[in-house]
Amino acid sequence: MTGHQLDGTTLRQRTAAAVADERLRANVARAVDRFAGHRLTGLAELDHEPAVPGEPGGADGLRRAARAAKLQVLADLPDLLERFADRVLARGGHVCWAPTAADARRYIVEVVEAAGATRVAKSKSMATEEIDLNPALEAAGKEVVETDLGEWIVQLAGETPSHIIAPALHRDRHQIRDLFVDRAAASPGLGTDPAELVRFARGRLREVFLGAEVGITGANIAVAETGSIVLVTNEGNGRLVTALPRVHVAVLGMERLAADWAQADLLLALLARSATGQRLSSYTSIVTGARATGEADGPDELHVVILDNGRSDLLAGEHHEMLGCIRCGACLNVCPVYRQTGGHAYGWVYPGPMGAVLTPLLAGDEHPEAAEVAGASTLCGACMDACPVQIPLQDLLLSLRRAKAADAGRAERAAWRAWSAAWSDGRRYAATTRAATWGRWAASLTGHLPVGRGWARGRTMPRPAAERFRDRWRAGS
Amino acid sequence: MRVSLLITCVVDVVAPDVADAAVRLLRTAGCEVTCNLDQTCCGQPAWNAGFAEDAARVARTTLDALEADLDAGADAVVVPAGSCATMVRVFWPELFEVVGDHGAAARARRVGERTRELTELLAGRADRLQPLRLARPTTVALHASCHMLRELRIVDQPGALAGAIDGCEVVDWDGADRCCGFGGTFSVKLPEASVAMADEKLRALAAADPVADELVGCDTSCLLHLQARADATGRPLRTRHLAEVLAEGLAADRDGGGATA
Repeated sequence: MTGHQLDGTTLRQRTAAAVADERLRANVARAVDRFAGHRLTGLAELDHEPAVPGEPGGADGLRRAARAAKLQVLADLPDLLERFADRVLARGGHVCWAPTAADARRYIVEVVEAAGATRVAKSKSMATEEIDLNPALEAAGKEVVETDLGEWIVQLAGETPSHIIAPALHRDRHQIRDLFVDRAAASPGLGTDPAELVRFARGRLREVFLGAEVGITGANIAVAETGSIVLVTNEGNGRLVTALPRVHVAVLGMERLAADWAQADLLLALLARSATGQRLSSYTSIVTGARATGEADGPDELHVVILDNGRSDLLAGEHHEMLGCIRCGACLNVCPVYRQTGGHAYGWVYPGPMGAVLTPLLAGDEHPEAAEVAGASTLCGACMDACPVQIPLQDLLLSLRRAKAADAGRAERAAWRAWSAAWSDGRRYAATTRAATWGRWAASLTGHLPVGRGWARGRTMPRPAAERFRDRWRAGS
Repeated sequence: MRVSLLITCVVDVVAPDVADAAVRLLRTAGCEVTCNLDQTCCGQPAWNAGFAEDAARVARTTLDALEADLDAGADAVVVPAGSCATMVRVFWPELFEVVGDHGAAARARRVGERTRELTELLAGRADRLQPLRLARPTTVALHASCHMLRELRIVDQPGALAGAIDGCEVVDWDGADRCCGFGGTFSVKLPEASVAMADEKLRALAAADPVADELVGCDTSCLLHLQARADATGRPLRTRHLAEVLAEGLAADRDGGGATA
């Protein structure tokens, strides 16, 4: 996987820097609280009867059904992808099977070149972030403009998205206003009222839609039954990007399939609600093929890039459930770690709990340094409760930690070994936990590790009691 | 009813008063309490850090001890810590499967089925604890610990028990069910983020209306973490395990007796 921004830093350094930024933390907490609150309200509306008597109804019933649907999709994925691709081709579209990010980039640059385009308009897409598309297009001399407001903000700032559905969530309106003045030639008289900021951005971006020869989008859902792509947006930019430019390129993570419209309906019912609490996002666009003869709208050419980039390996392995993720961001919004650090501290394209799982899996052996992000969790389980497709994120994190522990340094392994040797025996446990010897023993285990120093960062060290409970019990019984 | 107490290592070494209080409460509630001192720790720190073999090695010792008590006639295992109860009930079978010890996994399932978190067990016998009364009226804020809430789904019992104490007022506060930032090795691997999480909890606690006299929970490790952060930053904070508050509320003449009784 590409698209990381580590600059030689460790996860600890990045999280430390993030939590030192009080303004960032306040911005993130305010935004995620709003999303998480709306999510609860939105899900509470779902009060339908359980599909099977005795099973949960309402939102939990839907979540269970969505999980089953996604697992079925993953089981049938090769067939569904073939069917989807056949339908796209039958509707006059083009399909690129991209095994790697580099393959996807190369194809898209070729399409843009062939279209004779100088300007590309993009709508929000994490898949294009994952493949680091913008630098590749810029290297080919193309002007790339993000048309989602949040994406445009982070593009102006030279940043990457810090949240998978709200890319600029880490910035407040005052910072955005300053950015527009500094980087987008807004008048210094521009205010900080959100409506005024949006009006300014809309004016700017309208020019882009009208002048771009190629539009690039992601795909929230691809429906195999009809070869359709579903785009979920709130700003209408997705619709403009797919309708106005002559060529439309959609980058599809290969797991984002639904077999049919019944499944797509199920996923849509949960996607917007889990993300923002909306029943549906403001715009749910369905793109089925290029503009056919007699049709008024749509591009002359439609290209669908089906992105693998590590997903086949993931699908074949024990963590395949992670491919059920529908990218709603609910897990980020309830994560107490993300709340303090925001998304950039994770260091990779996908942040939060879903990122802590997905990043090491997509990075694979190519980027062993990605494994540490599985540590960015207290295993509190809030993410699992929020996940609309009930992905067992905590179990997956634990599994990834076990994989990482197998590569742990000798000092860390030796410390755990010494601990387990002592505490697998009642008498040795008793000997090591006496108040008089406890500190020395603990230090002997952790002397080579940053454990004690880590705790001492801003916390006092709890002291052992003068008498353990077991001593009292023994004395009393 | 006969119960076997899983002390938990943190309570044993750092907060023995919690286990004392648990024993008094259980006895008052009509339970006969046994405690097999061959037990050590549930293995959770190593499990969460990814060191399954070491976790299993330690957990097996405690599994043996608890199973011996159940075989000797105990009806249930009781744990005065939500996260350790979760380890036994939810993660032990998985842990032993992961390391390939299917026999221990099967034994762990049997022990897990009979394992109860302390307030979960007490809530079913709450009438036997009455009357509960604090001599000095106290306002408490309850911290809902993560595993207890989201794995064991023990949601209402702590509040119901605290609310049944005469002289104990339970306050609502923002983020009561948000993680304290401890997370075992998380607290030392990403200490800055961990401390930031504790700080937000402490800020929310200070903003509660009315302000609580003490922060009360069912996991000593969460409480220790928040206490350690409050102490290091000079914030006044008093933390107690719910068992200690309940035990204080027991009428002296109905005291079932602690470990030394």
